[in-house]
Amino acid sequence: MKIRAQIAMVLNLDKCIGCHTCSVTCKNVWTSRDGVEYAWFNNVETKPGIGYPKDWENQKKWKGGWVRRKNGKLEPRLGGKFRVLAKIFMNPDLPEIDDYYEPFTYDYAHLQTAALSQTAPTARPRSVITGQQMDKIKWGPNWEEILGGEFSKRGQDQNFEAVEKEIYGQFENTFMMYLPRLCEHCLNPACVAACPSGSIYKREEDGIVLIDQDKCRGWRMCVSACPYKKIYYNWESGKAEKCIFCYPRIEVGQPTVCSETCVGRIRYLGVMLYDADRIEEAASAVNDKDLYQAQLDIFLDPHDPKVIAQARADGVPEAWLVAAANSPVYKMAIDWKIAFPLHPEYRTLPMVWYVPPLSPIQAKAQSGELGLNGVIPDVGKLRIPLRYLANLLTAGDEKPVKLALERLLAMRAYMRVRHVDGLEAHEVLEQVGLDKALIEDMYKILAIANYEDRFVIPTTHREYAENAFDLKNSCGFSFGNGCSSGSNEIGLFGKPKHQHGTKASDPVAMAGRLTGKSAE
Amino acid sequence: MFDNINQILFGLYPYVAISVFLVGSVVRFDREQYTWRSGSSQLLRRRLLFVGSNCFHIGVLAILAGHFVGLLTPHEIYTAMGLSVEAKQMLAMIAGGVAGLLCFIGLTLLIYRRLSDPRIRSTSSAMDIAILLLLYAQLILGLSSIFVSAQHLDGSEMLKLADWAQRIVTLRSGAAEQIADVSLIFKLHILLGLTIFLVFPFSRLVHIWSAPVGYIGRSYQVVRRRGGASAIRGR
Repeated sequence: MKIRAQIAMVLNLDKCIGCHTCSVTCKNVWTSRDGVEYAWFNNVETKPGIGYPKDWENQKKWKGGWVRRKNGKLEPRLGGKFRVLAKIFMNPDLPEIDDYYEPFTYDYAHLQTAALSQTAPTARPRSVITGQQMDKIKWGPNWEEILGGEFSKRGQDQNFEAVEKEIYGQFENTFMMYLPRLCEHCLNPACVAACPSGSIYKREEDGIVLIDQDKCRGWRMCVSACPYKKIYYNWESGKAEKCIFCYPRIEVGQPTVCSETCVGRIRYLGVMLYDADRIEEAASAVNDKDLYQAQLDIFLDPHDPKVIAQARADGVPEAWLVAAANSPVYKMAIDWKIAFPLHPEYRTLPMVWYVPPLSPIQAKAQSGELGLNGVIPDVGKLRIPLRYLANLLTAGDEKPVKLALERLLAMRAYMRVRHVDGLEAHEVLEQVGLDKALIEDMYKILAIANYEDRFVIPTTHREYAENAFDLKNSCGFSFGNGCSSGSNEIGLFGKPKHQHGTKASDPVAMAGRLTGKSAE
Repeated sequence: MFDNINQILFGLYPYVAISVFLVGSVVRFDREQYTWRSGSSQLLRRRLLFVGSNCFHIGVLAILAGHFVGLLTPHEIYTAMGLSVEAKQMLAMIAGGVAGLLCFIGLTLLIYRRLSDPRIRSTSSAMDIAILLLLYAQLILGLSSIFVSAQHLDGSEMLKLADWAQRIVTLRSGAAEQIADVSLIFKLHILLGLTIFLVFPFSRLVHIWSAPVGYIGRSYQVVRRRGGASAIRGR
């Protein structure tokens, strides 16, 4: 047994209101640069829909994740090492920019600089890549927002597998949910495995998966290998970039930007202890449906004295063990079994988990005959089909999702009876196998969701930190060799590819430059 | 006068070019590794790339290997292996011709794509375009030299060129004199080739140094512990 710790995340989809604050704050902090305009380390999708980039869940098309070979060994779906290298000159499984969207700005300056005319001037869209005007914006990171577009397109969603999807195209039966997505910081990352230059790595101390920007050569196999399509190729720098789990914040005990700014308070961060020696075994489970349980099995109980002793021996700091014992992620994933990995069938053992959303009880409720299962509403009558959620979260196994939804309903029912009638609804607890203390803890963490209950993040440890004395007089963070960007005006080794020279993030100046007029 | 120019171009210039090639590569790797990349533009446009990039890369790798082996292997080794000079030249012409043709098809597509596609054109640096045109010119010179070679199949010109190359890399004198009287097309081919070495560190060609052969033997997972690259290891 080799115990490692990771800061994992849970998103309570039941409370997500789809406001995109996470996406926008993330973008402002990390990807408001040339070359990554189209890169959303965090984005929120409306499901059902094909998502961003288009159809990312279709692994037959993009070849993301792992496959289990007949001999029980795992291999990236992209192919073995020789097959990966054979694709290096041209990767047939790489999405094109149009599968995301061609980044654009508008000719804002034209609104101010246009000559006097009969009609009001307009700001036409302009490609940030070519600088040319675009006729029409055809796709974007959030094109399907709140069921935008026709069902025939959104219905291509892979999660409709084994669901009679036609009826959900009808207005009366339609359903939707939000799915905020970010890098899963997997235990068995396929991007790492597919990187020919070995530039992607998992940090031992906190499990964050990062790309060494100096070592990346732009072979772009990771983009295909990541089944979540959460690695983006920076077309300006020629390097791959991805969500860094805001590691500079995590290291000082602060939540990631997306978690910190989440207005619905749906995000949770906590330490998970796991057995690193059993990662491969868990990821190689025979049936797709066993992968959820297999991943649960390699998580370790932070209250078990044997686990604690072994963790200390493996160098997990004391503060991390304390945090692990109070981890909201552990409670939701293991104790309550209400959180699930996103698409465990990709075999990457993702570490960003989701609490499935409840949805209105349909049909029966309309006729006044509410479908009840014992004392709580029947989960099978929820508007979002159980199988759809199961396809998303448990490789199609409905049982665990059903139990989770029942527990969420039970918590509501129990607390409602307590607050409205002043009674204790013991029969609710019995039905879902929870006790009073547990329900109260669930209520505290899920409903009240105080900051300190959502984010239990130990600071990085003395032994891990760099020696600050060695860093004196250095320049801090820059793209380049530490003190230069590597792309200055007279640099011999490559100027920015983008010859326009104006930041795409400054649309007024850019439009002015593109139209040959000054922005003043 | 001719001797002097010949000496400068084929006796001195090779060392300048190779020095800049080696030192420049080291300096760039050391100082500006963030700029060290293949510079793929596949994300912006995949059209033409499957045939273009594959043909070009496979062709050019074959040509490079052919030049390396053909020029730098001492002649005695060939004769010991039973390969006559004439046969060796024929082999070089045919194999080089096939690989060159493959490369030519690929490079033509790549240049067309780079110059005609607005997305690729506007994201190209001057060096991106220059290096493609340099390679194209060099390739055309190389392919045309096959017709020159076809006029003297005894292999004597080839031996002179090989002797020049071997003298250069083994730091022996008299390299330039060896090729003083070879056909002009070979001289131009050599000069342009040396120029490509010269600009190598300042172009995206540096990605050749990073050919990921180490990937084959690496474990799939990479885990790093903070506080030193020495801690990089497989799972």
